[in-house]
Amino acid sequence: MNKKNLIIEILIPIFAVLLSLIISDILIIIYKQSPLKVYKILIEGTILNPYGIGQVLFKTTPLIFTGLAVAFAFHAGLFNIGCEGQLYVGAFTTAIVAAYLPQFTPPLIAILLAIIAGFIAGFIAGFIPGYLKAKTGAHEVINTIMLNFIIMAIVNYLVIRFFKVPETIHTYPIINNAKIPRLFEYTSFFKGSAANLSFFIALLACFIIYIILWKTKFGYEVRATGYNPKAAETAGINIKKIVILAMSISGGLAGLVGINFVLGYKYYFEEGFSSGIGFMGIAVALLGRNHPLGVFIAALFFGILSQGGLVINAIVPKELVDILQAVVIISVVASSSEVRRLLFKLGRL
Amino acid sequence: MDFILNFISLAFLAQIIRISIPYILAAMGGLFSERSGVTNIALEGIMLNGAFASVLGTYFTNSPTLGVISGIIAGILTAYIHAIISIRFKADQIISGVAINLLAVGVTKFFLKIVFDSSSNSSRVEGIKIFAIFPESNNFLSILNQIIGNPFIWLTFIIIILSHFILFKTVFGLRIRAVGEHPKAADTLGIKVNYLRYICVLISGALAGLSGSWLALDQHQFTDGMSNGRGFIAIAAVIFGRWNPLPVTAACLLFGFAEALQITLQSLGTNIPTQFIQMIPYVLTMIALAGFIGKSTPPAAAGKPYEEG
Repeated sequence: MNKKNLIIEILIPIFAVLLSLIISDILIIIYKQSPLKVYKILIEGTILNPYGIGQVLFKTTPLIFTGLAVAFAFHAGLFNIGCEGQLYVGAFTTAIVAAYLPQFTPPLIAILLAIIAGFIAGFIAGFIPGYLKAKTGAHEVINTIMLNFIIMAIVNYLVIRFFKVPETIHTYPIINNAKIPRLFEYTSFFKGSAANLSFFIALLACFIIYIILWKTKFGYEVRATGYNPKAAETAGINIKKIVILAMSISGGLAGLVGINFVLGYKYYFEEGFSSGIGFMGIAVALLGRNHPLGVFIAALFFGILSQGGLVINAIVPKELVDILQAVVIISVVASSSEVRRLLFKLGRL
Repeated sequence: MDFILNFISLAFLAQIIRISIPYILAAMGGLFSERSGVTNIALEGIMLNGAFASVLGTYFTNSPTLGVISGIIAGILTAYIHAIISIRFKADQIISGVAINLLAVGVTKFFLKIVFDSSSNSSRVEGIKIFAIFPESNNFLSILNQIIGNPFIWLTFIIIILSHFILFKTVFGLRIRAVGEHPKAADTLGIKVNYLRYICVLISGALAGLSGSWLALDQHQFTDGMSNGRGFIAIAAVIFGRWNPLPVTAACLLFGFAEALQITLQSLGTNIPTQFIQMIPYVLTMIALAGFIGKSTPPAAAGKPYEEG
């Protein structure tokens, strides 16, 4: 990436965030509140107190996974809007494996097995649209949308029919050794918050995806396929294989969301737990410009917002945050071309 | 025998029609947009905004007709955002659609809170007036009235016929199809590609908004997230019906049938897992798209911005 491109990549998200701030100001004023007061409460309730920080980290973790998932598929020129379904089946599988392992399974092994199970379930859910795209040309966007509904129906059926605790909508709890420790077990700083060690697993995932995309031959092939599939094919890259693999890995990454919720927080799978995390992954990937570091920063931004929504709910509806997310996406996509055009004009002056 | 009778009754037919109408209206909208080359997965959000606006309109004017008109206007305005992003800014149409769907969820909840001070539903409003064509002397006739006396059903019927006529029997329709298949060639012939696409996206907004109006006024209120995936079913129907109004209508009725079946089975308390019936539209669409039952191919230029020059 040359210097000018880098500047553009940084300017676009800044512009998007500024625009969404302006819109949120307007909405707050419509609600007859002072924007400054709302922002003050939001910041004090999130990044300025230990419990808030913990909650922000907790909300950031799943967004990192779905953000990475969407970003990884983007690099291969694919659009995965199936994270919602992939993370659902992933979390379900994680919960089932972790619940039915023998009690005496050593902690590290139990956790690893549960994580791998979630990844594989998501991987398979991503494999289907990837395979259909490569073999029949069927558009992955439509197929992932359809699969979201199909997967949810199947998982809900399985939960209700075979796995749920009677009179509830959740599965049996996981074994003690599969639980991922909360952060406050190490330091009293995060007292009471749901933040757990899976945040660091998410960071590790960012690093691994960075290495795969930019330091391996496979990653190079993925990016080449996304950049120009015809040229990639001419250069001898098996683009069908790349499409299938990229979509599967993307699904697998989404399948890791359950680590945070199931292994680190609730200790069981609950129907409808994800509510929109998959779609927010799209916003995260876009704002983070599909780079693992960007994904991390963007996930943190949305993590602050979604925790912030709860904090400000006393004086303005938390739905304000939903609107902001959408505005951020819209301004990022719309400005991508505009900012470029503007800089091009400035460059010529 | 009694079990089967549940499914060959007029009430069951009425239920299929009731469920299918929002699908058909939104699908006709999606059809116009896609035929002109603009993928519109924002249908879901447009429906939601349409539903909310029609409740607002009815609530403030006490007239369901004005409510429906507000729903249509809200649909057009929402679609206009999609048109600007995908035609003017030439940005990714899928992303734009996803963003508009999120936006609609947020905006409707936000204003639900402001106007009705509730996070789940609006106040009760008046619904669409059903005309009593037949004397309601027995159950059969009153159900028949529900179908024949409902202006929305007639409107939907007219829209289906009109869509078919416009797309395949008029110059305007020919241009729409040309722009969606081969914009370059259409441009060379002097057709204003992007102007036509704007019109088609706005038509899709009007129809999806109307679809939302039906949803809301049928229930006499707005409930949070009431579009509930129907916009996506409409998209599925467009694909399954291969971008042709009449087959798309058939697809909507088929999906409506599956849903009515599921509801009836559930109310009868059978142990057939309803989740599997729920999946039918989505599974059929994937199969159709993969070409296992004859290939379903979208308009060639769908999803691609066009640079006029």
